Amino acid sequence: MIYESSTSAAAIFFIFVGVTLAISFYLGGKAKSSQGYFAAHGEIPWFINGVAFAGDYLSAASFLGICGMIALYGYDGFLYSIGFLAGWIVALLVVAEPMKRMGKFTFADALDSRFQSKGIKIAVGISTLVVSVFYLIPQMVGAGALITPLLGFDHWVGVLIVGVTVITIVVTAGMVSTTYVQFIKGALLVVFSAVLTVVILQRGFDQKKGGEDGYEFSNVGPVATADIESSLRQLDGMDDAELLAAEGDWKDQPFIRFSQGEKLRVWHVVPAAEPEDSENVLLREAQTLQEVGGKTLVNGEEKGKTKGEAELHPIGHVSKLPGGQEKTGPLGPLSFFSTLQKSEVVLWRKQVVGTTATKTTVFYQEPTHGSEVLSPGGKFKGIREGKLIGKINFLSLMLALFCGTASLPHILIRYYTVKDASAARKSTIVGIATIGFFYVLTLYLGLGAMTSGALDVSDSGNMAAPLLAKSMSPTLFAIISAIAFTTVLGTVSGLILASAGAVTHDLMASGMGIKMGDEAKVRVAKISSVVVGAIAIVLGIQFKGMNVGFLVGWAFSIAASANLPALVMLLFWKGTTKQGIITAVVVGMVTSLGWILLSADTMQSVYGISDAKGFVPFGQPGIVTIPLGFLTLIVVSLMTKDSSGSEK
Amino acid sequence: MLTKNARLGLILFAVYLIFYGGFVFISAFRADLMEATPYAGVNLAILYGFALIVGAFALALLYGFLCTDDEDEVKGEQK
Repeated sequence: MIYESSTSAAAIFFIFVGVTLAISFYLGGKAKSSQGYFAAHGEIPWFINGVAFAGDYLSAASFLGICGMIALYGYDGFLYSIGFLAGWIVALLVVAEPMKRMGKFTFADALDSRFQSKGIKIAVGISTLVVSVFYLIPQMVGAGALITPLLGFDHWVGVLIVGVTVITIVVTAGMVSTTYVQFIKGALLVVFSAVLTVVILQRGFDQKKGGEDGYEFSNVGPVATADIESSLRQLDGMDDAELLAAEGDWKDQPFIRFSQGEKLRVWHVVPAAEPEDSENVLLREAQTLQEVGGKTLVNGEEKGKTKGEAELHPIGHVSKLPGGQEKTGPLGPLSFFSTLQKSEVVLWRKQVVGTTATKTTVFYQEPTHGSEVLSPGGKFKGIREGKLIGKINFLSLMLALFCGTASLPHILIRYYTVKDASAARKSTIVGIATIGFFYVLTLYLGLGAMTSGALDVSDSGNMAAPLLAKSMSPTLFAIISAIAFTTVLGTVSGLILASAGAVTHDLMASGMGIKMGDEAKVRVAKISSVVVGAIAIVLGIQFKGMNVGFLVGWAFSIAASANLPALVMLLFWKGTTKQGIITAVVVGMVTSLGWILLSADTMQSVYGISDAKGFVPFGQPGIVTIPLGFLTLIVVSLMTKDSSGSEK
Repeated sequence: MLTKNARLGLILFAVYLIFYGGFVFISAFRADLMEATPYAGVNLAILYGFALIVGAFALALLYGFLCTDDEDEVKGEQK
């Protein structure tokens, strides 16, 4: 699609981002002068701290990725919402209390307190670095997804802008992301998501034949196989179109192609009824995208630069409503689902035809019944197909999401930012309430985007939420984008600082025993910030094609595999030895990372090998690598029990 | 060895684990059940999903009420 920037939307966006950054700098500066930010923590009211939990946790990925995945696949995106929230229960009920008793606030503190081991520091430092970088990728990809529809730049420009801005902030000023800023951000995100939800419910569903640009996709049939060509010729302007032979790459593909002047028109040919009816077929209009000689062709024509020129048609419409209605009018929070349950929505799938040089991506319609949209199995197809591998992949994801929150190095800290244990629990409860409320909204937002007629067919879902807002009002769109963008800035700064800290303190100072003065430490931290930031920019551009929620799922898998076994066993098993911890962290990290890099998902979306099978049986590592981490820790601890027996 | 609060946490965790596990296993092995519409025309997948979110909040609330503040911390508060 073509994205044109609107001056007023851009202005609102920049003012919003500017004000948030200014507040952040102001409070950050104040914190420095008042003898450290952490001393002030006791004064933060538990309610504010609780909403700040949400501001911390609800990264751009929650908002963009989950909404997008729901918009593309239906219910399956919501599985991430459920898993992310359930993870808080693990953090609150299992890990937080014993850790507090040990008097330790972070994962690294806790692991290190018992053994004072260089090996542990190095292992934990590296695992913090890897998890942070993997958590950075979706934030950067999300930044690109925000910039494109708002300012009309390409994806990589957005990634570069965020990267450079954040590196500048971190290196020149050192950004203290304060509780109040997180509170403002968290509250705004939830409030404006609620506003969007109200608009969605007010709007209800309209039965349509295409997206918001008014183009109606022509669907024909059922027709007899012999009459395919003649029935398509009856369509407007098709009488003199030239039928392209199904040769070469197009042989045996379920598509029929016509060239009409410069235009390429393609229909997806599907059997009229299930089980396969060989007599009759349905013809549904498709859209194509080609890269030929450095030019991008959409539906055969060169992609335009301004509105009105050739572009992919926006998508996302309801094709049938219950009882043959054309418009539902305003819906309630439950009737929204019960209506959709009985409707039919047109989802879009893609198929790549041909090899790299002559590659054509065909996007075709897949009318899907509402009952299927609203139940699990749209993305994780294995659930419905009855294949065990698919089911294991799904279980693996749900396990990693469940275990991931408690294993993220930077998440638990806020549990300790209020004056006492009781206030900490209260603010966690407020946090869970806020985050939970937001996650309930994601289902409305995602389904609202799915039926908004405003989606980009070539997008992996990351732009769904901003595009949904854009279809409602440019102002709302600018505000939502600005909130999401500042969230990206905050999260990215925090992660880069955490990585720099891991390099400076854990790896160089403690691990390698390099003695550094304060100035040297700051210099090392700044250099590592730039390096990590640069890596994040490159990876953010590389991973463009992937849904950010899916990427966050992977970060959770790595965190849970590397960190959770060590943390839980240290808290609950006296026999844990330092060798056990080191090997468990290393094994968990290396296996989960290796698994992800060798999976079919990565090979197809990142390395661009479209038919790669991958070297591992399924994409989500958690179900193998988390137990492997526990097993490694137990075995190694038992083997090394005597040598470190004095350490209790 | 576990404190009262920690034991309470583990018990509530076990409750939630069963609740969450039920959802995951029904989704994985009996996805057809999730398509049933037991209430107001809304299917089980959505109802169960919302219940998991509300349930997490309810358990957190319960935990907050049942937890006793640690002795030493209570003393620390008395200034």
